[in-house]
Amino acid sequence: MTLDRTTTIDGLLPEALRLDFPYLAQELNGHPLAYLDSGATAQRPRTVLDAERDYLERSNAAVHRGASTLVGTSTTAFEDARATVARFVGAGLREIVWAENATDAINIVALGMADAAAGLGGPEAAVFRLGEGDEIVVTEAEHHANLIPWQRLAAKTGATLRWIPVHDDGTWGIDDAASVIGERTRLVAFAHVSNVTGHLAPVADVAELAHRHGALVLLDACQSVPHRPTDFADLGVDFAAFSAHKMLGPTGIGVLYGREALLDALPPARTGGSTITTVTMESASFLPSPQRFEAGTQPVSQAVALAEAVRYLDALDMQRVHEHEGALAELLVDEVAGIPGIRLLGPAAGVERAALASVDVAGVHAHDVGQFLDSRGIAVRVGHHCAQPLHRRLGLRATTRASAYVYTTPDEIRRFAAALAEVRGFFGIDA
Amino acid sequence: MSDLSGLYQELILDHSRRRIGDGELADPHATHHELNPTCGDEITMGVRLDASGTRVEAIGWVGDGCSISMASASALTELATGADLERVRQLIDGFRSMMRSQGAGEADEDLLGDAIAFHGVSKYVMRVKCAMLSWVALEACIAAASAGSAASSAPTTTT
Ligand SMILES: Cc1ncc(COP(=O)(O)O)c(C=O)c1O
Repeated sequence: MTLDRTTTIDGLLPEALRLDFPYLAQELNGHPLAYLDSGATAQRPRTVLDAERDYLERSNAAVHRGASTLVGTSTTAFEDARATVARFVGAGLREIVWAENATDAINIVALGMADAAAGLGGPEAAVFRLGEGDEIVVTEAEHHANLIPWQRLAAKTGATLRWIPVHDDGTWGIDDAASVIGERTRLVAFAHVSNVTGHLAPVADVAELAHRHGALVLLDACQSVPHRPTDFADLGVDFAAFSAHKMLGPTGIGVLYGREALLDALPPARTGGSTITTVTMESASFLPSPQRFEAGTQPVSQAVALAEAVRYLDALDMQRVHEHEGALAELLVDEVAGIPGIRLLGPAAGVERAALASVDVAGVHAHDVGQFLDSRGIAVRVGHHCAQPLHRRLGLRATTRASAYVYTTPDEIRRFAAALAEVRGFFGIDA
Repeated sequence: MSDLSGLYQELILDHSRRRIGDGELADPHATHHELNPTCGDEITMGVRLDASGTRVEAIGWVGDGCSISMASASALTELATGADLERVRQLIDGFRSMMRSQGAGEADEDLLGDAIAFHGVSKYVMRVKCAMLSWVALEACIAAASAGSAASSAPTTTT
């Protein structure tokens, strides 16, 4: 990878890095593409695409199955990828479990807890056993991926699902959390950064509060790990989930982080080959983490490509990525705030937010807003962003979201704002 | 912008503002709720037949959605009100095949009248569902109304 550090996007990241992303060179409806939908899925640099192909051309073989030289090569590549990802988030080697995506990672915990409640897992799984009188706490702002698995767990175990309420701007704070988390709380699950509001949760404070009440903490880190230096041990969370495709990596692979002792005690919800020590006709005993959770053939080339994405981000330096996005977030808020008829969700100007902005345009449905932007070459996300309860709470059904990443330029943010300012006029709504 | 005005023809924007049929219908023979789960757009449609049970006497709907889905409901109400059931079925079939055309061919103006303005929408794969929302609701209403007297059918998307 060659990064030209002389010309820069807003003085922080190399301008030339855009050349690493073939996708970005496209046109959309006759305009240069402004890809402002990285919150949904990010584009991949050529090195990541090449890493996957290179692995397949030279190293592809079964992993952890057999004893040949080839299996040695593939297994080493697979486990090196795990080590690279572990280092990136402050985790130990046995604390990183491959999943299909973040949604799947959250489900591994929720389904494992349901198994524990059903009696599986022995005495060490007691910490996961929920029942009537116990409470699972989420927030009103969660992505469906971090809500529905807990609804199901509550339904299976008789536990009660409660939620931390959000304010009218969609944000919440430690006081709101403290009004819900208490003696009955057994698990608190929440997003580090909201994919709708860009709000940053007070993770360490919530983890401390939850632990004081003996509750476990699961962090949905989908919108944080790709965008800011993240160390799960420092944050003090017990579990965390994120997806490769939002951090310059491939689809088909996500990560479950868990504290080693907890992962070793969590019943594996999916079982089968590669997860076991001894199998008889009656029963099986399971390997420690991570193998106990990685049933069946794994997404090996995807793991290798994810590790390459991590190396790419490391080379950019996550602190710089974070500062670059901080600057873009400020610009987004500045540009959008001045447009008549626009309601910007999330933290007020001056309060830290991720480089994403969801807006409601008075009198124009989000689909129509998105279509207008599309015609100008600007790709955004429209809809409820998998957060129906949050939208309902804010009196909305759908919003339009622009989200930035390492390759996003200030010019693209300005194009978004300029086009947004024209939308109401186009649809005949008085400015 | 020529591209976008092919999608948002004046007739569509006009219907999205006029919203013919907007409002709950009294004494419907059938009602149906239809939801587009990807965007949350929804419509609850009521249909009342005439005394003979063979003609649509009135349509009323309550909906929340984008300009395409609301305009489509409005155009549908204008077309189908007063039509006999056989014609309504033809309208639904005709509208559906136009929406599946991906912009190809000519829309059947004799059958669909003003609703041919939606032909341009069929090129936008992600918007076809918006245009179809009210027509799917109408289809369910007609099926329920002609099957029995006062029937109410459940949404097609359930838990
Ligand atoms: C906050 C948040 N949580 C969870 C998810 C689910 O990620 P995935 O669909 O990759 O499992 C997403 C992305 O859509 C997200 O933004």
